[in-house]
Amino acid sequence: MNASTAVVLAEAPRRASRRLASFPMVPVAIIAFIVFVALGANVLAPHNPEVGSLGMRFKPPAWQAGGTAQYLLGTDHLGRDVLSRLIFGARVSLVVGFTAVIVAGLLGVALGILAGYLGGWVDEVIMRLTDSWLALPALTFAIFLAAVMGPSEMNIIIVLAAVYWTRYARVIRGEVLSLKEREFVRLAIIAGCSRLTIMRRHILPNVINSAVVLATLMLGVVIVTEAALSFLGVGVPPPKPAWGLMLADGKRGLMAGYWWLTVLPGLCIMLLVLAANLLGDWLRVKLDPQLRQL
Amino acid sequence: MTEPLLELRSLSTHYESARGTRVTRAVDDVSLTLERGRTLGIVGESGSGKSTLALTIMRLLPPAARIVGGEIRFEGEDLLQKSPHEMQAIRGKRIAMILQDPMASLNPLFTVGDQVSESLRVHEGASRKTAWARARGLLEAVRISAPASRMNEFPHQMSGGMRQRIVGAIAVACEPRLLIADEPTTSLDLTIQAQYLSLLRDLQRQHHLAMIFITHNLGIVAKMCDAVAVMYAGRVVEAGPIRQIFNKPAHPYTRALLDSIPRLTDDSHMRLPAIDGQPPDPSAPPSGCAFHPRCPQVMARCREQAPPSLTVAAGQTARCWLHAP
Repeated sequence: MNASTAVVLAEAPRRASRRLASFPMVPVAIIAFIVFVALGANVLAPHNPEVGSLGMRFKPPAWQAGGTAQYLLGTDHLGRDVLSRLIFGARVSLVVGFTAVIVAGLLGVALGILAGYLGGWVDEVIMRLTDSWLALPALTFAIFLAAVMGPSEMNIIIVLAAVYWTRYARVIRGEVLSLKEREFVRLAIIAGCSRLTIMRRHILPNVINSAVVLATLMLGVVIVTEAALSFLGVGVPPPKPAWGLMLADGKRGLMAGYWWLTVLPGLCIMLLVLAANLLGDWLRVKLDPQLRQL
Repeated sequence: MTEPLLELRSLSTHYESARGTRVTRAVDDVSLTLERGRTLGIVGESGSGKSTLALTIMRLLPPAARIVGGEIRFEGEDLLQKSPHEMQAIRGKRIAMILQDPMASLNPLFTVGDQVSESLRVHEGASRKTAWARARGLLEAVRISAPASRMNEFPHQMSGGMRQRIVGAIAVACEPRLLIADEPTTSLDLTIQAQYLSLLRDLQRQHHLAMIFITHNLGIVAKMCDAVAVMYAGRVVEAGPIRQIFNKPAHPYTRALLDSIPRLTDDSHMRLPAIDGQPPDPSAPPSGCAFHPRCPQVMARCREQAPPSLTVAAGQTARCWLHAP
């Protein structure tokens, strides 16, 4: 009797939460598809993405007049296959995006925990640093850093991580401030755990959820920034196929009617960012016990 | 056995506001002794300094609080002279503490087994395997049924009483000499409270623990303690063996507290006597004896001079001018 009452009571909110947090098929499918394409780029791409034949410049997609089945999505100003470049570009976007988000996350979470848990001058130093960091416009700062360090994939990751770690640090610090007043942390202190042990065993596992949600939401921002940097010429160096770079190369062709050079990479960026954001939103609801109750 | 396990000598802890303009005497000139294996009850209203006293002994005060004087002698050593690092080795190992809220005292992300074995691993460097085995024994000792499978469960899978017992198991894991229990039963319902108290007493007997039992429930004090100290506005107004305090309270505050306990044998249907007035604002206590505005036996002297600790009977002291020679 007791158990059945409990079941009835628990049923209503659970059903609501299931609807709210229903599994995000669309974004997961998009991301899975892009990951699959990036992994299998060598096999899937019909042409070498970095080598073109000048005789085949500005071919439109196959379904348009003048297009050939050899170049399904057309060719660019150097006669390179757009489809192959998009496929290899996925690799760049994902590698740069994921790595930068993870590096920024590690840095930000570590500093956020230190600031929040230790407090005092450590907190003061880290948070003032974060504040001044946030005062710089992200893109301008990224362009500056990238210009100083020179274009390479590695540097772009470092730049993105250096620009975006602050977001993590702030959020995580806030969480830690409330966590460290919780009884189980006090009990750990009373049990004689060192500060390092407490941060590692009791604080870190409790902020991982927020860090993961934040990382997913940051993925979109980071990918767009990478594309912007490549577009501006301080990102991934040509001839490597990056979506932002393809946009930059294609923008002059837009007036001449070569729409496929800009619209297609733009679409790819949009889809990936949209999927990342949708997934992030879902995770946020899923992992946040307060929202889950609604 | 000549030296007491714990001896507080005129210990004072003050809270200071940021600019140092307001000083709250949370613990004021407190002297108490506790023998090995005995239980000392500390009773008082909220804000009387009970919990601050406990945190002072653990040296875990918030930054605004400062220990301004006195000594804490524990097993012959002055805890106030210890470095933070030395204190860390003492906490959990030689002095353990149980906090109020069993629901929140356990980390929701780790299994019970992990958490019980944690302090064994921290303090005794036990390997994961031996710590786990000993933790299982501890769960058995705190009467958790099917301890082997419970070890792998998470705190949310257990009831409040079970969680509180697990917190108890963590506290006694490293065989401490002293256990400080800060209102350990306030959030449990009555039948669970009784079970938990008898469990604590068994643990005490088995491990030869001394206990400081902080509560505002005089019934629990009567059941659990050998001696009791009554705190009011940061001071110990009366202290002594439990029997003497309950039979012959010397301080009017203690008397008022005892009178406000409902008795089943009382058929008079009278309203329970309550203590008039409010407990004093700890940052601006009344002059003289802090209890004088509420005291039924107030004298002129009480308003001017704070009474010293006076011996009223063997082992019983009270801070009240009524007992001045």
